[in-house]
Order: sequence, then C-alpha cells, then structure tokens
Amino acid sequence: MIHGRSVEKRYGSRRALRPLDLDLARGGFLVVTGANGSGKTTLLRLVVGLAAPSGGSLEVHAERGVLGYLGHEPLLYRDLTALENLDLYGRLYRVPQRRERIGMLLERYGLWDVRAERVAAYSRGMTQRLALCRALLHEPELLVLDEPFTALDAEGAALLDRQLTELAGAATVLVTTHDPERVEQLATARVALA
Amino acid sequence: MRYFGDVAALARKDLRLELRARDTLPAMLLFVLSTLVVFHFALPTGADEVAAQGLLWVALVFTALLGLARAWAPERDGGALEGLVLAPSDRSAIWLGKSAAVFVFLGLIELVALPAFALFFSPLQAEGVAGALLANVGICAVGTLLAAMAAASRTRELILPLLFLPLAIPLVVGGVGASVSTEPGRYLLFLGLYDAVFAILCWASFEYVVSE
Repeated sequence: MIHGRSVEKRYGSRRALRPLDLDLARGGFLVVTGANGSGKTTLLRLVVGLAAPSGGSLEVHAERGVLGYLGHEPLLYRDLTALENLDLYGRLYRVPQRRERIGMLLERYGLWDVRAERVAAYSRGMTQRLALCRALLHEPELLVLDEPFTALDAEGAALLDRQLTELAGAATVLVTTHDPERVEQLATARVALA
Repeated sequence: MRYFGDVAALARKDLRLELRARDTLPAMLLFVLSTLVVFHFALPTGADEVAAQGLLWVALVFTALLGLARAWAPERDGGALEGLVLAPSDRSAIWLGKSAAVFVFLGLIELVALPAFALFFSPLQAEGVAGALLANVGICAVGTLLAAMAAASRTRELILPLLFLPLAIPLVVGGVGASVSTEPGRYLLFLGLYDAVFAILCWASFEYVVSE
C-alpha cells in the first residue's frame, strides 16, 4: 500500500527527513520510532499528502476518503461540540449511518456524556480521544497515527490498545511512538529513524 | 449535488462558530459604525455627495478586511484546515463554504451600515445597493482566497491588506460608479464581470493554496 524509495524532506537547507526506503503491504502494521526531530511526523505528513517529498519517490495507494490521520493537532474546531465536529467530518466523508457511528464512537471513547460541550472545554486527553474518533469515523483502510498515546490516561490508552488490536490485519496501520513496546505484538514492520 | 451539500455544511459550520464565539461580527459592526461617525465629522458641511459615497466604500472595504483577517482563525486553531484538506470532498468546497459565510457576515454588516450611512449622509439608491451586493461577491471570492494564503504566514496581518487592497480597487471603482454615475448599468456590469472572472480563478486555484 505504501512504497517509498529514498524519500526525503527538506525545508530550505534544513533536512526534516533523511532518505528512507519504506514498504508497507495492505493490512500491515508499521511502527516508526526515532528521537525527537528524527522526522517521524514529517514522514506521516508525507504519507497522508499534507507535505510533498523533496527527493525520492513515495507511492501511497489510498484515496483521501479511505485515509484516517491523527496528527499532533487534533484537527478539530475548538468552538464546536464533539457532536458537531464529528457530524461535519461525517458529512464530508459521507459516512453511512453517520449518527449511529458517531454515537458508537463517542460511547466507546467515553465522550458521550460530554458530547454537547465545546472542545475548548475538554482536557488534552479528552481532545485526543475525540481526535481518535475523528480519525476512525469513516472506518479508514489506511490509518496513520502520530504518537496516538500522547495525553491519554490509562483507560484511554487501554481503549486505543483494544482498537489497534481490532484494526490489526483489517486495516493498514502506520504508527509513530516513543513507546514501541506498547504495539510490539501488532507490528508487522518497523522503521527506526535516525 | 454532494458538492453543494459539502459547501452548505462548511458554511453552516462557520455561521455556527460565529454565533457561538461572536468574534468577528461585533468587531466589524463597531468598526463600520465608528468609521462612518468619523467620516461624518471629518467631511465638511455641504461637502459633495460624491465624496461621501467614496468614503462609504472606504469604510466597507476596510470592514471587509477586518472580517477576512479573522476568516480562517477557527481553522488555524487546532489544525482543522488540515482535517478539511484531507477529507475526500473537492477542496474548492472549503473556499466556497468560507466565501458564502463571509458573504453572509458582510451582508449583515451592510444591513446596518447602509441605513447608518443614509442617516449620516444621504440614502443610497437601488443602484448603489446593487453595487454593494455585487462588490460583496468579489470581496468574498478574492478576499477568502487571499486570507487563506495569508493564514499560512506568520505575518498574516501585514500580508492580507497588501494582497487584498490592490485587487479591491476595481470593486471600489465599480461600487462608487454604480452609486454616483448617470449610467450605473455599466458599472454593475463591470462588477458582475469582475465577480465572474475572479470567482472562477479563485475556485480553480484554492487547491494549490492549501497544497504544498
């Protein structure tokens, strides 16, 4: 699903990602590790198409509609409620039985009771949970997660563990993390960025 | 039809955000009213009506600029623009939805500003109102695109006026012309043409503004 050869990214004279070969088959689970500034986030932004490579080639065989992305930012409107945010994305992604799917995700991630509150009033962990709901809303075939466990409490992390276990094999997953042990059992491929 | 469904959903989101946060409309309203009051006292008694019409357009363009500067603020905060860009809908729908919302804001402001202008100076004729409506389309089309370009920059507050004001000059020419000329039809036609050309250009180029 993802094939990259000598993919690199530069911003002016600054190198954000060193040349990298990357292969991920459909249904694979790739764990990307690396120190701060090694280019993990840059790699994910290249994969989802938010940035273009400066060199090499990168092919991602997934349309935008089947791609789920969780970045450093939640990609949510802070003055909309959880329901309004997910409803907007559900419309744009043409999610069938949108309301039921939104309700199910909010229940699952423990946000149902605060569904009518503005995201601005959420804690960082709650915002991260909602961002996960947004990324999963349209049941993506390719799920790209940038340090998804950030800000999650033990319960939230356990929910995400369960979600990733369910998705492993069914969807193609690309995860960056500073805690590779957490997803070690699910990983079918690993990349360590220098 | 799905395209216009996306546009409607995006515009509705902006209207809802404004109703809730009340960030932009009150500021625009206060600005246009204070500007008209300043002009009222700045213009000598018995001054030419044409000068007053010109000042109205100065007030409208700068009020629009104030709104445009805030147009993409909700998307900047929280990275929502990236979320919209990744969605499978046509990216031009993002621009059209935002332009539609800005058009509504500007229309609401003018609902107050034009009667206020009539109170301080002289009532606007039907041609002047038609000119304002047509100019709004151009302001929203061009301004929303330029505001999106400026939003990506750290110096957005400086860049937006520098980009927008030169492109707004034809709108001011058309608007003032429609208000004071003996042949307003020519100016209305000019505004319509400007709207059509720039709306198509902005619609087609938005994709490149939000892509790296």
